Amino acid sequence: MKQRSTLPPTEELKTKSLRIVPPSGLGVWLTGLTAAAMSFLAVFAMALALTAGLVAQNWSSELQGRATIRILPSNENSAQQLDMLLQILAQTPGILKAQPLDSATQTALLAPWLGDDIPFDALPLPQLLDVTYAGERYDFEGLRLRLAAELPDAIIDDHMQFRGPILAAAQQLRWLGYGALGLILSVTAMMVVLAANAALAANGTVIKVLQLVGATDRYIVRAFVRRFALRAFLGACFGCLCAVLALHYMPKVAENSAFLRAFGFVQGQWIWPVALPFFVAGIAYIATRWAGYRKLKELI
Amino acid sequence: MIAFEQVAYSYGGTATLSDVTVQIASGSFHFLTGPSGSGKSTFLKLCYADLVPSLGRVSVFDQDTHALIRDDLPQMRRRIGVVHQECQFIEHLSVIDNVILPLTVAGRAALPKDVTDLLNWVGLSSVVGMTPAALSGGERQRVALARAVITSPEIILADEPTGNVDWEMSLRLLTLLVELNKMGKTIVVATHDLNLIRTVKAQVAARVLRIKDGRVLLAGADL
Ligand SMILES: Nc1ncnc2c1ncn2[C@@H]1O[C@H](COP(=O)(O)OP(=O)(O)OP(=O)(O)O)[C@@H](O)[C@H]1O
Ligand SMILES: [Mg+2]
Repeated sequence: MKQRSTLPPTEELKTKSLRIVPPSGLGVWLTGLTAAAMSFLAVFAMALALTAGLVAQNWSSELQGRATIRILPSNENSAQQLDMLLQILAQTPGILKAQPLDSATQTALLAPWLGDDIPFDALPLPQLLDVTYAGERYDFEGLRLRLAAELPDAIIDDHMQFRGPILAAAQQLRWLGYGALGLILSVTAMMVVLAANAALAANGTVIKVLQLVGATDRYIVRAFVRRFALRAFLGACFGCLCAVLALHYMPKVAENSAFLRAFGFVQGQWIWPVALPFFVAGIAYIATRWAGYRKLKELI
Repeated sequence: MIAFEQVAYSYGGTATLSDVTVQIASGSFHFLTGPSGSGKSTFLKLCYADLVPSLGRVSVFDQDTHALIRDDLPQMRRRIGVVHQECQFIEHLSVIDNVILPLTVAGRAALPKDVTDLLNWVGLSSVVGMTPAALSGGERQRVALARAVITSPEIILADEPTGNVDWEMSLRLLTLLVELNKMGKTIVVATHDLNLIRTVKAQVAARVLRIKDGRVLLAGADL
């Protein structure tokens, strides 16, 4: 206990609404801890949602408008088959470009799997065509049927079979992330309401004294709100920082998974983890205010 | 300034106060006396609208305390200084912060000179930095009185302000109230101490209200 024999200077006698709520209350600590833990989780939920969104977008834009046609090796004259295919494609509306891959490119594609020293020329390899189409005007099913009828050795693949389910999964993952984020923030609000209620109940004497010396509800609530919002903000800052560090130092074994490598935030997305503490403080502000006015109405 | 009209108050069981009609004029000095448990504190709580009457009407500053809306109450309380019998403080704040609390909540700054003078008068200048928990009962009462008068309110209600202090200090505290009364403040002091009442009556025209069996009577000059 500090003993003061002389009076403090004028500045010290000014409004100190912040200190009217004891700084060491359980509710205040709980709020800080909750905000920290929840922000930590929220950053991961956010990263999940944003990464899933980004991956889905990349995949669909990368593969959008592209198809591959394979001419399976057969007894037919492959050059003739290729000519015929190109003719069919020329007649198909919506096809922008059809580019047969030359043997060097094909070899390069296969080399990682088969090795360099394989005599590719001797192998019965399919001829590959890279097709670019304009989405709206192109009738995949029609082309597929026509090829089946006229050139059964040519098989078209627009990557849909492979892309569809993964895209759906990525979308779902993204909504899952947003859902988790929503839940986390709601739970934060509820915890703050509970903690604020507990603090208001525990500080019954403080509130009574304040009311008797003429403090308005607004003044009393503001004192609580400030303390809680500030604690929530500090807690959230700490939680976000930990989460961002954890993301940064995520194990490098994830290197060969495209998704795990992308997991985190890119450029503009950093605004979200940075904004989170402010958002959490806002939630605490609203939650405490609401709880405060409710409790004060209850008291009288 | 304060008017009771056929006021009754009950905490649930039998009436603590019944059929009380009293006028407390502006600038008057009243003592409130009566046995323990007779309802002195209840009377004062009705005056500062901590309680509202079960029956009848209490008006303060010509406002019916029943009809006060939530936002009016703080405004009214700022015009009344109260020394509560329990002397409740905000225990984690220092004595000085507790004393200036009524100014703080009203958004007013304290003039250090006034605060110093006041604390010197009640003999508290050596304990300003302590927290209320470290004070003796008498010191707490003096802090409560200092807090009640710091805003120089129009009405000062003191519930047993001298219960735990020695005779010298009692006189000193009452002198403060008498001085404030001379400045035009309305004072009501609840006390058991008849000696104190007699001494003060010699200095100022004070009326004595006696609570007996739930009724408030004006005591005669005999006392
Ligand atoms: N909150 C309460 N609930 C129920 N009964 C109460 C309450 N406060 C006071 N009472 C009762 O009302 C009566 C008057 O109490 P009050 O505190 O006004 O007396 P008092 O004259 O101030 O007594 P004292 O001189 O001991 O301070 C008492 O019988 C008491 O038991
Ligand atoms: Mg009493």
